[in-house]
Amino acid sequence: MPDTTDTAAPYQTIIGLEVHVQLLTKTKLFCSCENRFGAAPNTLTCPVCLGLPGSLPVMNREAFRLAVRAATALNCTIAEFTKWDRKNYFYPDLPKGYQISQFDLPFSEHGQLEAIDPKGAFPPRMVRILRVHLEEDAGKSMHDEAAGTGDSRIDLNRTGTPLLEIVSQPDLRSAAEARCWLNELRLLLVYLGVSDCNMQEGSLRVDANVNLHIPCDGGRVAKTPIVEIKNMNSFRSVERALTYEVARQYEEWQATGKELGSAPKQTRGWDDAAGITRGQRHKEESSDYRYFPEPDLVPVTLTADQIDEVRRGMPESPRALRQRLEETWQISAYDADVLVGQGRALVNYFETLARLVEDGKVASNWMQQDVLRTLNERGIAIADFPVAAEGLATVIGRVKKGDFDTSRGREIFAEMINSGRSADDVISEMGIAAVGDDELMTLCRELVEGNPKIVADVQGGKEQAAAGLIGQAKKKNPNVNPGKVRALCLEIIRGMS
Amino acid sequence: MQPTELSAVELVAAVANGDLTAVACTQAALDRIAALDAGTNAFLHVDRDGALAAAEAVDAKRAAGQPLGPLAGLPVGVKDALCTRDMPTTCASRMLEGYRPPYDADTVARLRAADAVIIGKTNMDEFAMGASNENSAFGPVRNPWDPTRATGGSSGGSAACVAASMVTASIGSDTGGSIRQPAGLCGVTGLKPTYGRVSRRGLVAFASSLDQIGPMGHSAADCGLVLETIAGHDPLDSTSLNEAVPAYTQLLEEPLAGVRIGRVPAHFGDGLDPEVAAAVEEGFRVLEAAGATIHDIDLPHAKYGVATYYLIAPCEASSNLARYDGVHYGHRTKEPCRSDAFDSPLVEMYCRSRAEGFGPEVKRRVMLGTYALSAGYYDAYYKRALQVRRLIRQDYQEAFSKVDLIGGPVSATPAFPLGEKTDDPLAMYLLDLYTVTTNLAGVCGISFPCGFTGSGLPVGYQLQGPALAEPLLLRAADRFQRLTEWHRRRPTTA
Ligand SMILES: [Zn+2]
Repeated sequence: MPDTTDTAAPYQTIIGLEVHVQLLTKTKLFCSCENRFGAAPNTLTCPVCLGLPGSLPVMNREAFRLAVRAATALNCTIAEFTKWDRKNYFYPDLPKGYQISQFDLPFSEHGQLEAIDPKGAFPPRMVRILRVHLEEDAGKSMHDEAAGTGDSRIDLNRTGTPLLEIVSQPDLRSAAEARCWLNELRLLLVYLGVSDCNMQEGSLRVDANVNLHIPCDGGRVAKTPIVEIKNMNSFRSVERALTYEVARQYEEWQATGKELGSAPKQTRGWDDAAGITRGQRHKEESSDYRYFPEPDLVPVTLTADQIDEVRRGMPESPRALRQRLEETWQISAYDADVLVGQGRALVNYFETLARLVEDGKVASNWMQQDVLRTLNERGIAIADFPVAAEGLATVIGRVKKGDFDTSRGREIFAEMINSGRSADDVISEMGIAAVGDDELMTLCRELVEGNPKIVADVQGGKEQAAAGLIGQAKKKNPNVNPGKVRALCLEIIRGMS
Repeated sequence: MQPTELSAVELVAAVANGDLTAVACTQAALDRIAALDAGTNAFLHVDRDGALAAAEAVDAKRAAGQPLGPLAGLPVGVKDALCTRDMPTTCASRMLEGYRPPYDADTVARLRAADAVIIGKTNMDEFAMGASNENSAFGPVRNPWDPTRATGGSSGGSAACVAASMVTASIGSDTGGSIRQPAGLCGVTGLKPTYGRVSRRGLVAFASSLDQIGPMGHSAADCGLVLETIAGHDPLDSTSLNEAVPAYTQLLEEPLAGVRIGRVPAHFGDGLDPEVAAAVEEGFRVLEAAGATIHDIDLPHAKYGVATYYLIAPCEASSNLARYDGVHYGHRTKEPCRSDAFDSPLVEMYCRSRAEGFGPEVKRRVMLGTYALSAGYYDAYYKRALQVRRLIRQDYQEAFSKVDLIGGPVSATPAFPLGEKTDDPLAMYLLDLYTVTTNLAGVCGISFPCGFTGSGLPVGYQLQGPALAEPLLLRAADRFQRLTEWHRRRPTTA
């Protein structure tokens, strides 16, 4: 596949992502401890997740259901038979000395998810998904380096949290594509309700594998050694780290000529403050995990009917939703992307509004300019927005009717947001009343009579001079509709000549 | 009435009808332990106060006219591999010396709920790895029939405490014969139930796919009585069977007429002690006299049982025992861990803690398992072993289409002198020859005395049955015991 995003570069960038997502279950994967972030250390634990002697795991069906839901949305094939395996390694935050994971028979594989840039910076990129499997999370180690004692503290609250591992094929061709794809993945998982995908709290974690394919003389393609980048704590960091690493690899290749196979896969950590990746020291013999089937758990079987049932219960994906909004409400791809990116609840608000005002474009404009701005300013979600779609629809309806103009409508809406009062209340409180036709005619006559200079200008062909009349009209009566004033005044002036 | 001379069935009845108090039974057990156990070393921990308190509670219940549990007043010894919240649980290892679990094993909870009185925790091979009970970090158990000899293992303490009538019944665990073999060498009756019949929750894991908890006592009826309490579905053990628990003790009356018992000629090969062979053959005659028919059958892959077992069990053990790393509980080295010989202080702490905490047999098996699971060896060892395990399972299926039960020896020799095999791990592993296939196939087996050697050592007879055939297994063993007196013999103790 040709590089479509950076045709100027003398190489092709090859990126694959490995994403870990914590599932939104009430309890952990193999015990009944609460699955919750932010509790006091080691308070959400029991003999099972502490790995005490004699304890046994029992699979959380809800975790498996969410996992199947996610994999189905990622177009994966769901296995009718899947099993658990032990991944053995020693670490203080892994109290059993092994992680219950899935090795050779993951519950799903062969999926795909497309990265589409709403601004069209690169053509849509279909990314294949190698596999999605379920496993338990480890605990958290906090190394107290500041204290200089070398002490480490272990919090096992996270131990046993259900974790979905999503491994993509190396199908991404730029850092921007990677970020876009991650955005789409996060949005999808949030829409499905399987995860809150909060990177700050660690419920979504990303590792990236990257290398370069460099065309050389004679048609040979040099491949740089694959580097795995860790410690990226935002999608922006992922993009920055990949951009940095791509440049670094090209420079290193120019300097050393080292290619894939001549060096083992390297792990580098992203230093966000310094804006660089650094090689991490790790042991050569690191990855013999001695996987074998977990004898404490029974294999999981799903019937074709059960898999179908999950498929039927699938909500509209962000991608399908964008398309539907574009088609149904005639809004731009960009606007649809912004709305969908805000979550399903905001889209519902928008669609209610659009239905009430019978105009998707107008509704979308109000959403983007007024509703979203307020949400951002206040840092609240649409669920906490003080004005219901019906209230905003009333305002927009009055604007459309010509009772007042858009900017007046905005003031009314802002006041509704601030006071929480209804459109009608705010309108009457602000003294806004529809101006009758007779009243308006009288006002315009007065204006024309009182402004001979403007009248002369208009008569001389400068119609824009009428703007001065509108300003005066608004001063005399703030409720007048500027468009109507202008039209009426011009009509009177024309009638004079 | 001397409580320690009663069977479990008799004792429970005596407590229920007021002929004996639970306190008297408990006191008798404690007295006998005080008198004998210094020489036997069957107990690692005796919970004198807890046992008396539990017994008093049973007596108070009876006095108040409240219904008693089915094991009310029964003094029970529990293998130290089962978690007990009020007693240490060490698995006879320095690694867990002083460790107190925060919860009771399912079996322990069921015993308490049935008003049994848990006297203490019995000695065993460290982490249940062994066939002589010489691998205990706290000293070997001595055979009550001859204190210079081993009890067998790994549930040696549970076998010895019943054999010496310190308690009326006990709980063991059987991964490759660890209930049946010591039962055979100590002249008691021991049942390894079908895999999943008794919950493993709270049993410190050795080899998860093979481990099974079971009862030990003086008779099949006693084992049936205890099994009625400890068997049953546990939703917190995913491998526990969700099958109704029969009233085993109510199903013993039907005669054995028409029951087909298989005999495997290969069991009577070269390694079998002639006195053992004779007693076991006599056992077949007894069953025949009871109405059973004897049929020669073949278990063609049984000869690979020991090799298969000594791959699967160590592989699972190497992973199950990884948690004993000195970080969260258990033994942690007191060395400073600042040596350059290790990759990091953490790795040094792991290595030293495990080197100090585990005994040689545990280390041997952890290393065997780690090796067999390593990249490049998995297919040749672990995977191959699983394939042979399937063949062994098929052998049993095939056999049980022809016969109802399979009879034969439990172990090739009677109790052997302490120290005789400790320097020869392979000879020790071969002690499991007749028992490991039961675990590999996941079926059930029972061992009970079928005679004595000229020098007065008990010889065990083993019956194996298909999955969930415990009612028939217990009925056949009970019928055998109605026709013989071997199980009534007691060692002469000081
Ligand atoms: Zn837990």
